[in-house]
Amino acid sequence: MEVKLTLNGKPVTEQVEPDLLLIDFLRAHGCYSVKRGCETSGCGLCTVLMDDRPILSCSVLTVRAGGHSIWTLEGLQQEAEDFVGFIADQGADQCGFCNPGFVMNTIALLRENPDPTDDEIRAYLAGNLCRCSGYDGQLRGIRSYLESRRQKGGSHGAER
Amino acid sequence: MEQKDKEKREQNTPEYKNINRPVRKKDAMQLLLGKPVYMDDITRRDALVVKLLRSPHANAIIKEIDTSIAMKVPGVVAVYTWQDVPGSRYTNAGQTYPEPSPYDRLILDRHVRFVGDAVAIIAAENEKAALRARKLIKVKYEVLEPVLDFRKAKDNPVLVHPEEDWYPPCPVGGDNRRNLVASGVNEDGDVEAVMADCDIVLDRTYHTKAFSQAMMETFRTYTELDAYGRLHVISSTQIIFHCRRILSHALGIPKSRIRVEKPRIGGGFGAKQTAVCEVYPAFVTLQTGRPAKLIYTREESQIAGSPRHEMEIRVRLGADKDGRIRCVDLYTLSNTGAYGEHGPTTVGLSGHKSIPLYTGNLEAYRFGYDVVYTNLQAAGAYRGYGATQGIYALETTVNELAEQLGIDPTRIRDINMVKEGMIMPAYYNEPANACALDRCMEHCRQMFGWDEKYPVRDMGNGKVRAAGVAMAMQGSAISHVDVGSATIKLAEDGSYNLIIGAADMGTGCDTILAQMAAEYMDCDVDNVVVFGADTDVSPYDSGSYASSTTYVTGKAVEKACAQLKEKICTIAAEQMNCDPGEIVFEGKQVRRMNTKETMTLEDIAYKSQSFSTHAAQATASHSSPVSPPPFMVGMVEIELDKETGQVTVLDYMAVVDCGIPINPALARIQAEGGIVQGIGHTLFEDVLYDEKGRPMGSSFMQYRLPTRLDMGKLRVEFERSYEPTGPFGAKSIGEIVINTPAPALTHAIYRATGVWHRELPITPEKIVMANRRKNDEISKGAE
Repeated sequence: MEVKLTLNGKPVTEQVEPDLLLIDFLRAHGCYSVKRGCETSGCGLCTVLMDDRPILSCSVLTVRAGGHSIWTLEGLQQEAEDFVGFIADQGADQCGFCNPGFVMNTIALLRENPDPTDDEIRAYLAGNLCRCSGYDGQLRGIRSYLESRRQKGGSHGAER
Repeated sequence: MEQKDKEKREQNTPEYKNINRPVRKKDAMQLLLGKPVYMDDITRRDALVVKLLRSPHANAIIKEIDTSIAMKVPGVVAVYTWQDVPGSRYTNAGQTYPEPSPYDRLILDRHVRFVGDAVAIIAAENEKAALRARKLIKVKYEVLEPVLDFRKAKDNPVLVHPEEDWYPPCPVGGDNRRNLVASGVNEDGDVEAVMADCDIVLDRTYHTKAFSQAMMETFRTYTELDAYGRLHVISSTQIIFHCRRILSHALGIPKSRIRVEKPRIGGGFGAKQTAVCEVYPAFVTLQTGRPAKLIYTREESQIAGSPRHEMEIRVRLGADKDGRIRCVDLYTLSNTGAYGEHGPTTVGLSGHKSIPLYTGNLEAYRFGYDVVYTNLQAAGAYRGYGATQGIYALETTVNELAEQLGIDPTRIRDINMVKEGMIMPAYYNEPANACALDRCMEHCRQMFGWDEKYPVRDMGNGKVRAAGVAMAMQGSAISHVDVGSATIKLAEDGSYNLIIGAADMGTGCDTILAQMAAEYMDCDVDNVVVFGADTDVSPYDSGSYASSTTYVTGKAVEKACAQLKEKICTIAAEQMNCDPGEIVFEGKQVRRMNTKETMTLEDIAYKSQSFSTHAAQATASHSSPVSPPPFMVGMVEIELDKETGQVTVLDYMAVVDCGIPINPALARIQAEGGIVQGIGHTLFEDVLYDEKGRPMGSSFMQYRLPTRLDMGKLRVEFERSYEPTGPFGAKSIGEIVINTPAPALTHAIYRATGVWHRELPITPEKIVMANRRKNDEISKGAE
């Protein structure tokens, strides 16, 4: 089947098998940040943005992404760099395998809700498993990023 | 004076530039930005896809196996069965040779021993073809009675390993004719006499299950033939050198024909201290000459991985009314599953790393064990490695003792715990040279607010708040066994390459070892580049396990740096026409004493590359005759819903003594991660089999990991001690941190419900059912 979609801002047209999962399509297109951690839509590692909404690419057929805009971490390096340093400062990156999905979902969260509370952060990221960090370091990292943005009077933080 | 020195060293160590600093992990930004650094990201996409056909039976003999139809599937390159593989047995355990684990495996065996055991290897051009072919392999099994209950395994007429060529490289008390992998007993003092003299003896039995490490990256290996025709293995492994030896044994090829390297690893927790999947693609590559790749599904990782050993632990604890613990008699029955990886060794920690916590007044101890085969998934190494199970059992018994005697459970520990300077008879008579356990307890008590939180509080809405406590210890490396090595070399710009054989699996060891090198070489951490790990390149290292990397490899870094400094001085002395003894190393330069003559590192490095006979590099190894234990105290406050049995963790606080933390940020994350993992196996993660031995927890839907909604406030702090045999006074941190949640939560749940749960996990159902039974008994008693 033919699928036409936008991947990280670039149009892609391709013949794909009807049962090709989006995660496999993306990895075949060099988007190696997209990771598979389970087969049951339960770990959040494969999170990407489809038209700005976070989705699990392991649970979407490539053809269903036709006509949509897909963003992976490869396409959002700048936006990610803004805050991932704060995670690194906590040492909460650890093995790193869950990081891309976690970062993508955090990007989605902060776009939706620029100044979330701790509980809002936990709830939004609940589907992103991490076996290394115990989660608290990730939360501290996001919190200190928000704090630094507030201090800088960043546009997002200032809205509230 | 000595005491003062020691106190000074335990304090903030402000003279260090790079030690005790929260340096960012060197790979952090690459990982956080999703760069391609893991096995499947960096290896060829046209590699053969390897899949395994797995046994549907717990115990069976393959009578017939027909691969002819499967071979006809377009894209299928090969299907291998037991008839195709070498016939000499080996173990997948990543341990120093001779391995304590028995040689009980073949790559493929005619006798399959658990549901999930490998029956056939399929190699195909793509995944679809491999999966289709897998369905078309026809197997006729002779289904045998399985041994599923590990309590009935020893001397069961059904043998898991009846084969004649079963071979134990070490004498560990095993006997395959008895389903026994190992057995033993050791003691100190007259246990029965002391027990008879005690005011109170508690006799309790506990059960822990085969919990999964569930690292986010499943088991996976890529293999190819390199330019020399050698087997090049890129695997997500903690044990490159052991892996090379295991492959050599299994495949029957020389070690010189094998190169094993590890890229970034998506978590290990001990799972990857067993060569779970390496041999299959390696076999395919050797047979076909083609690159091959095997990536386990999550289901395969859950049912055919290397989980924790299920254990049943009986504790007899003898004490006096004043709370003095005088005697511990601990017996562990460990279930190694269908194969014996890490069976003989994990069990040892259940006694040797629990009993010494109570060295204080201990007059006698006995520790006995049996490790048995069953027809269930083979167990392996998992963070804590047996200590987790033993500490859960002993700490819970101590809590029960305290509750029975009406003594505050933290105070009963104050009077019994091991203290600095004591010799620990149950820990191979090693001394506790660095032990801040008493300070950890006091610190945690204050931070947690124990006196306020210990009393049970009924919240008036069907919910109860209660608290629990536990202590823990572990080791730092395997004494007399583990070897760590480091190579350090000077580059032309005055920077250093640090080359190690230890495996950073996310823990940050590349970074903390660089911190140590930077401290010794008096430079910035950014000036040290780290490479690890590759059997062709790295100096020998046992691997990253047994809480050894900081303690053992760290010390190797220290030695290598000392040697390199000498070499740098020698090269400079040659230039300055003086004795190397006159040269002082000053970090960015060297200076000739009593003159103003200096030479920069850059000049020395360039000098070493031109008409020089001195390599500006050094390699050193280290091994330790002792394994200094880190110590820890954990306290938890829960809210328990009496109607639903739901346990909410409100506060988990822990104070850890890991000696001097090299990187407090990474040490803290280790502790937090370990605690949450421990909360997982205490409250949710369950391992269930049906009556035929089929696993029921094969996905994250059934095997539920903790999410960020499952933990409340986490707080970790450190009490420093100074371990004289460790680098910069450091001990280990990686494993101990998983040990306190099970006993602390069990305690808190008892406080909230009045019921001691003696089996993990303690699920809401079990809590409700137990409460119901208790209430029934009370009402019966009332009648």
